[in-house]
Order: sequence, then structure tokens, then C-alpha cells
Amino acid sequence: MNPFSSGTRLRDMIRAIRACKTAAEERAVIRKECASIRAAISDNDQTFRHRNLAKLMFIHMLGYPTHFGQMECLKLIAAPGFAEKRIGYLGLMLLLDERQEVLMLVTNSLKQDLNQNNQHIVGLALCALGNICSADMARDLAPEVEKLLQFRDPNIRKKAALCSIRIIKKVPDLADNFVDPVVSLLKEKHHGVLLTGIQLCTDLCKVNEEALEYFRKKCTEGLVRSLKDVVNSPYVPEYDISGIADPFLHIRLLRVLRILGHGDADASDCMSDILAQVATKTESHKNAGNAILYECVGTIMSVEDNGGLRVLAINILGRFLSNRDNNIRYVALNMLMKAIAVDAQAVQRHRATILECVKDLDASIRKRALELVYLLVNESNVKPLMKELVDYLEVSDQGFKGDLTAKICSIVEKFSPDKIWYIDQMLKVLSEAGNFVKASVWHALVVVITNASNLQGYSVRSLYRAIQISRDQETLIRVAVWCIGEYGDMLVNNIEMLDIEEPITVTESDAVDVVEIAIKNHSLNLTTRAMCLIALLKLSSRFPSCSQRIKEIIAQYKGSLLLELQQRSVEFNSIIGKHKNIRSALVERMPVLDEATYNGRRARSASAAVSTSLEFASNLSNGVIARTDVAPLVDLLDMGADEPVPPCSSGGNFLLDLIDVDMPSSSSQSGTTQPQKSGTDVLLDLLSAWSPPPQKGSPTTDIILLNQDDKPSVNALDILSSSMVPSGEAKPTGPYMMDLLDVFGPNPATPEESGPTFPPIVAYESSALTIIFNFSKRPENPQMTDIEAMFTNKSSDVYTDFVFQAAVPKFLQLHLEPASSNTLPASGYGSITQKLHVTNRQHGKKSLVMRIRLSYKLNNKAVLEEGQISNFPRDL
Amino acid sequence: MIRAVIVMNDQGKPRLVKFYEHQPVEKQQEIIRSIYGVLCSRAENVSNFVQADSTFGPDTRLVYKTFATLYFIVIFDDSENELAILDLMQVFVETLDKCFSNVCELDIVFNFNKVHTILDEIILGGQVIEMSSSEVVKAVDGISWLEKNPNSIIRVPKSISGWQGR
Repeated sequence: MNPFSSGTRLRDMIRAIRACKTAAEERAVIRKECASIRAAISDNDQTFRHRNLAKLMFIHMLGYPTHFGQMECLKLIAAPGFAEKRIGYLGLMLLLDERQEVLMLVTNSLKQDLNQNNQHIVGLALCALGNICSADMARDLAPEVEKLLQFRDPNIRKKAALCSIRIIKKVPDLADNFVDPVVSLLKEKHHGVLLTGIQLCTDLCKVNEEALEYFRKKCTEGLVRSLKDVVNSPYVPEYDISGIADPFLHIRLLRVLRILGHGDADASDCMSDILAQVATKTESHKNAGNAILYECVGTIMSVEDNGGLRVLAINILGRFLSNRDNNIRYVALNMLMKAIAVDAQAVQRHRATILECVKDLDASIRKRALELVYLLVNESNVKPLMKELVDYLEVSDQGFKGDLTAKICSIVEKFSPDKIWYIDQMLKVLSEAGNFVKASVWHALVVVITNASNLQGYSVRSLYRAIQISRDQETLIRVAVWCIGEYGDMLVNNIEMLDIEEPITVTESDAVDVVEIAIKNHSLNLTTRAMCLIALLKLSSRFPSCSQRIKEIIAQYKGSLLLELQQRSVEFNSIIGKHKNIRSALVERMPVLDEATYNGRRARSASAAVSTSLEFASNLSNGVIARTDVAPLVDLLDMGADEPVPPCSSGGNFLLDLIDVDMPSSSSQSGTTQPQKSGTDVLLDLLSAWSPPPQKGSPTTDIILLNQDDKPSVNALDILSSSMVPSGEAKPTGPYMMDLLDVFGPNPATPEESGPTFPPIVAYESSALTIIFNFSKRPENPQMTDIEAMFTNKSSDVYTDFVFQAAVPKFLQLHLEPASSNTLPASGYGSITQKLHVTNRQHGKKSLVMRIRLSYKLNNKAVLEEGQISNFPRDL
Repeated sequence: MIRAVIVMNDQGKPRLVKFYEHQPVEKQQEIIRSIYGVLCSRAENVSNFVQADSTFGPDTRLVYKTFATLYFIVIFDDSENELAILDLMQVFVETLDKCFSNVCELDIVFNFNKVHTILDEIILGGQVIEMSSSEVVKAVDGISWLEKNPNSIIRVPKSISGWQGR
């Protein structure tokens, strides 16, 4: 025996692999085996060739590379022994694929074996060909396979028929050659051969239109007769599956009839009797019977219309829905989904049963049923259906609530007969599953409420009632707080009572209570709490009696660790305290939000996968960060932002929106809004996005209109500036107008003054991690760029052992300084900074590019993130 | 068409992997892992069908059945009848049972190439050849008889269905 050949038997190798305790051990065993197999291959060892190939197949199954064994398959196939051939063909099917040139070499061996006299050898070759045949092989070997369709042994005829399917799929032009053989196969009495013949016929019809026509004319009747024979045949124990004779043949026959009958009235007519018989007579206690019924329904649905057959079919599906077997309910729902397109009326009759399936224990069935219900809804049945769904929302399990809520909201938006019903349903959904409601949905609700001028009072009162009951549904709180802020007076004074309402007594302080409770609830999202602050500001003007109390509540957040709250608190406090004269104008009710604009916007944002998913960037390290949330009013209200405001205006400037800065479209004023606002603030969206198209002189919006050519704006500015001067800290360097604009965007003049500056970029952004690069250039060396990288972590977990690595191409040189820390706090409370120095030897020709890798530990699990930064500003 | 047949144990170890459309080894392993991920997190008393669109293209389904420690998985497209595939799996397992007399996981592990031969007699190129387990057993017996009697190839009878294997 060759000393290098593997001495172990297949069994021993499998045992050794099974005995491995770790993946590393397993790799070691396999490496050893592979080495000895390779050695045996290069020695051209004959004795153990088939054993080695068997081993390789096992190794392949475990996912290790085995390409070196491919030629061995060919040698084994060419061997005379049957055992070798069998393993050779098995290996051929498993280890090779049709794209490899090796297949060219095997064609000849296959040809020889297809011409063998022994049916088992022919069988092996056919099986291999049927699995791996390529287009070239198909052309070369089609005549052999065609001949084998008449082989004496039925087993070979079966295999040849299936092999032909592969051939015509690879080379549809060859279809013609198989049409006549199929006609004779369809007359076979042998079940197995008939089965494969029908299958070949089906596939021929699929690839070749002429073949379809031919079979439709010549074979429809024969196939119908075959089906009749099978249906009425006496019991054949051999093909029996749970008491039904050869269900698979039934199914194949029904399937081919489906294709022949589709779009052809005559053929459909010819088969309608037998379809009716199958649909009514088939035993449905067992899976096999149901499989036949299911196939029959599919056939009835796709052949040409024939009176009662469809109703019969849909009733079968209806019956399936109450079957105890989950699988049957599942397929029935799938089929009903298709049936809706054919006969919606018949499906509607089973609405009640389908609704029951929405409450099924099986999640996959629930999901399908819900989709089906969604398709069934129309104007006439929306009310009862919705009642059922909303009722179920209460008891449905958490995992399903998201889907269910989305569908309910979508139905309500699509089919609501009137606004009051819409508002009622949305409130129910918000109270039951507010946490699952998408932002766009509650935004739309707010738009509708602002537009329904006669329902605002009703809405705010209903929301007040709802929030008393469910206090933990975030979106409900948001909408309620928003509405109380806007329409608080209607709540307290029961304005615009509808007949259906029960009167409630809410005092002004009750209304403030609701908002106060919400803002103090630390489990709520920052956005919600920030909204509470706005609502309080608005209420302070609406409820003069509570003004003092509101001021105190707002003042509590002056020291909040959350920058957003702190900032708003300081600003609002100052508005309430120092700027009473403009307060009432500032907190005017929002103008009616334009539905058309909002819907258009929503459609757009839905289509463009929104990448800016940031909510608030609540950074504590104020001023250091490029993306600081300097609200534009900071300057205005002399809060002294002494940092030059970076050009990328970012989220958080909601006051800007509160006073509804009417953006001049021809932005001569250094672009107040840049098209891409990083850090999209939900509120910003809420408040600014719906601002009506510029309408000059509208009393609510133009109070502090920043259009230079508008008179009132100047007045408003005067008011503001007059209050600014006494505080003394504001830089009275230029006209106030300029100051104001400074905040919104860079002064167009600045870049020229201080040489080239580069805006900071968001270098990398993953679901939780953001890296921002700040650039500075050294005047003495234009090749050199200093980058300050800042890492923030928006997730709720702290990242420890945080390491940032970077690599650059050869024309760059990179120097990394130590990071400020290796622990990255959660939720954006703080950040890590790290300085990088890059020298670009191709300065002016190539721009910077960098690959980065971030490794950190999350709950003691190592995490690795990688990325490439190619959005560096040019000329760095 | 049937796209793949996979047998794996409840630890996610593949025991039989047969793809009827070529997939590179890495992709195969990825598919096996993702299927295992889906199956082991699936609740009891739910349907046996799983949508497989993400890996195998539109309208593909996966049906699975558990037998003792093994998951039997068949992936197929919309040209197959889901309920019939369930019966097909039953036929496959019954055949294994007949060939190994009371099949267990170890039989499949150590005789994986025989299991392949059995499967090849049931499904060819993604199409069902035979739904009768006794026919399959007959064919498989014929093959193993021939393997043990290599000299008989020349004068093998027309049909050996009457012969008893081994």
C-alpha cells in the first residue's frame, strides 16, 4: 500500500470528525484527511480512489473546499466497475457544477454509458445528466436521451423523460424533438412513466408555444380520460398514500390541464366535468386528498370561466380555512389571495372565516390572513372589518401588533368614509398600539386634525380622555400633547361640542397636568418631551392663569443634561419672562397644514430610502462638535453662542420653524436651509414641512418673516433686537439682519477671508455609530490635513474597548494620535475624539480616501465595523 | 421544480445536502445556516411552510418536517404543490426506513452516499420520479446488488426486480 494514501476508512473519518469537540479540531482532522487525499491523487492511486471521493463528498457537505477532487470523478466514471461508477457519478453531481470546463470532458463518458446495455449504468448516467446538464451537453446528448424514452425498462423511460426536461430548459430549441415522444409517453399505462411523461409535457408547454397548441389539440381529451381513469381506478396499494390512489398523478394531471385550459375555452370546457367530479368527490380527511383538492382549485381558477365551478372552488378554500391542519389553512390563504383577482365577490363570502384566521395561533397564518383582509376591504365593509381588527389589536400578541397596526392605519387612511371616523379609529389605534404607529401615520393624523376645523375641539377632548387611560403609548402622547398645546382652549371651554360627545369638565390646570406628567416621564423619547415643552410654551399664552406654574415647570429643565431640553427650556423661559410682547404672536395656533403638500412629501420620502434617520443629536460637549445644535434663536435671544456656526445647519432649530421662517426660494440670504439637513428633527418635520407655500402677508406666518423686502419682518426684528442690546453680550458687529442670518448659514464672505476651509463631514454612519471629521489645513504645508474625528454612539449600550483604525493608499501618509478615551457612552451622551494627520503627496491631483475599522465591545461581545470613506472634500 | 433537499439535525449539522441548481459551497453553507436559524426559532404548532424568497427568488417556499432529531427540508418553487411535497417527504422517510430498517440519524451520517442514491431514485433534476416507496426500494436494491456482484454486469437479466438484494 502506498505510504501516503489515506489509511482510514470512510467510516473512521466520519467517526473522527464526529468526535471533534471544537470547530478547530474538526478543521485539523479535515486538513489532515485532505492532505492525504491530495497525496493519493497525485500518486494516481487506484485502489482507494472511490473511497477518497466518498470522503471528499462528506467533506464537501460540511462546507470545505474540495475542488482538487473533481478530476477524480471523471476517472471513476470512466472506470469499468459499477461501484466506482456510482461514486464517480455521485461526486460529479455534488462536487462539480455545469459552469466548469471539466464537464466538457465528461460528455464522452456519459455518451458511452447512455449507450450501455445495463439499465443501472444507464440510470446513473441519466440521473447525472438530469442534474448537471449544461447547454452544450444538452445539444450533444439529446439524441441519446430521446432514444432512451423508448427503452425497455420503465425506470429508464422515467429518468429519460425527466432528463429531457432539463435538456429543453437548457436549450429550448430542442423542444420540437421531444413533442412526438411525449405523445406516446402520455399513452403509457405505467404510473411512474405516465407521471414523468406528464411532467415533460407540462414543461414543453412552458418553453414552447407551438408545443402547447399542439398538445392542447391532440392530448387534452386523452389527459382528461387519464384523469378519469385515475379518479375512478380501483385501489392500487403500491401507489397508495393514506388511502388515496396515487395522489401525485392526480396532481400532475390537474397541473397539465391547468396549462392546457388556460386561455382556451374549448379545452376548459372539455375538462369541466372531471374537475367538478374531483372537486366534489375527493376524500378530504387526509393530507393527500387535500393536496388534490388544492390542485384542483388552482386549476379551476386558471382555466376559463365555467359557471359554478369557481364558486365550488372558493368554497373548498373556505372549508380549508376551518381545517385543523395549519398547512391547509396556510395554502388556502395563499390561494385565496390569488383568487381575489378572479372572483372577489366569492371570496368576500368567506370574510368571516378569514377574519378568524387573523386571530390564528400560527403567526405565519395570521400574517397571510391579515394581508388577505387588507385586499378584501372596500368602502362598504370597512366599518365592520375595522371594528373586528381594532378589537383584536387589544389582545393580539406583541410580535404581531406592528404588522396589524400598519395594516389598520393603511386601511383607515385609504377607506375612511369621513374625518370623524378616521380620527376615532386612529385614536383607538394610538391608544392600543401607539408604540407601533409609524411617524408618518401620526403626522398625517395631525395634518387631518388641523384641517378639520370643526373637529379640533372634539379631537382634543377625545385625546384628553384617551390619554387618561393609556399613558404609555408614545405616539398617543405626542399627538395629545401637540393638540393640547394647539387647542388647549377648546379642551377647557368645551368649544364646538358635537352632539355625540359627552361633556367633560377639564380645568386649565388639568390640561397642564397632562403635559407635565408626560414631560416628567423619563421613559418617553426625547422628542416627545421636547414637544411637551413647546406645548407648555403655547399653553402659557392660552392659559394666563397657569402662566406662572408653566414657567416653573419649564424652568426645571434649564439644568437638564439633555441639551435639547435644556436649550428649549432656556429659550422658552426667556420668551415667557422677557418677551411677553411677542409671546402671543409667537405661539399663535399653527396654520392649517396643507394636506396635499404633506401627502406629496410623504410619497416622496417613502420612495427615497431616507438615510437621515437621526433624531436629536444630543451632544453634551457643546461647541466642540461640528454638528452642534445651535438654535438660530440663540443669537437672537443673546444666549451667546461664541462659536462660529458651522455651515451645515442641522436639526434642532425648531424655533426657526415655530416662527415659520418663510424661506425665500431665490436664496440670496446664504441659504437658510441647506437641502440636506443632517439630523432630521421630527419636530422640524412636523412644523416646517407642512408650512404652506409662501403666502405673503398671512398674519400667522409672517410675524417674523425673514424676507428682507417685507415690511413687517423688519418690525419684528426691531422688537427682537431692542431686547437684545441691553443684555450687552450680543456682538453688535453688523446689522441685526446679518446676525440673524449668521446663525442660519455661513456668511458668504467668510470662506475667502480665512483661506480655504472645509466643512466637516459625516465620515461614517452605521445604525448606532457616527463619525464626524473636522478638517483644518496648515497654511505652511498644503499637503498636510489635520482631521479631528469625533465618534458618537446613539445606541442605548455603552461601547467599551473602542478602537479606531484607519488605512490609506500609498500616496497618503497617516498619523493617528491617541484617542481621548476608549469608552464610548451610550445614547450620544458624549463622544470620543481622536486626531489624525494626513499628508497627501498627490495634493491637488487626488483626493483623500480612507478605509476604517472600528472595533469595540458591546455587552462584552466583540463587534467589528468596517467602512470606506470617500466623501472627503476635494483638494485636501 | 424542487430546488434543494436538505437534511440536518437539531444542532444545525448538515446530514444530506442536495441542490438541484448549482450553488457554490460557501453559499450552500450560508443557506443551511440561515435555514437552521429560521427553523430552530420557529414555534411549535405552526404551519410547515416558510417563505424562501430571499435566498431562492420569488415564489419559492421551504417546507420542513421533523423526524426525531432530524429536520427534513425541501425547497421548491410555485410549480409544485405544497401539500404534495409534504407527502413526498413522507415517502422519502418511509423509503429510508425500509432501506435501513428503522432509520436513525447515525444511519444517515454513515451511509450518506446510499442516502444520496435513494434520493436520486425519488427526485431527478428537481423533478419527482417516483412516489411509491416500494418501487424506490426495488431500484436501490438493484443498485446495491450490482455493486456487490461486479461480475454480473455482462449477463444481467432484463429486470432484476424479482431478485432479492444483498
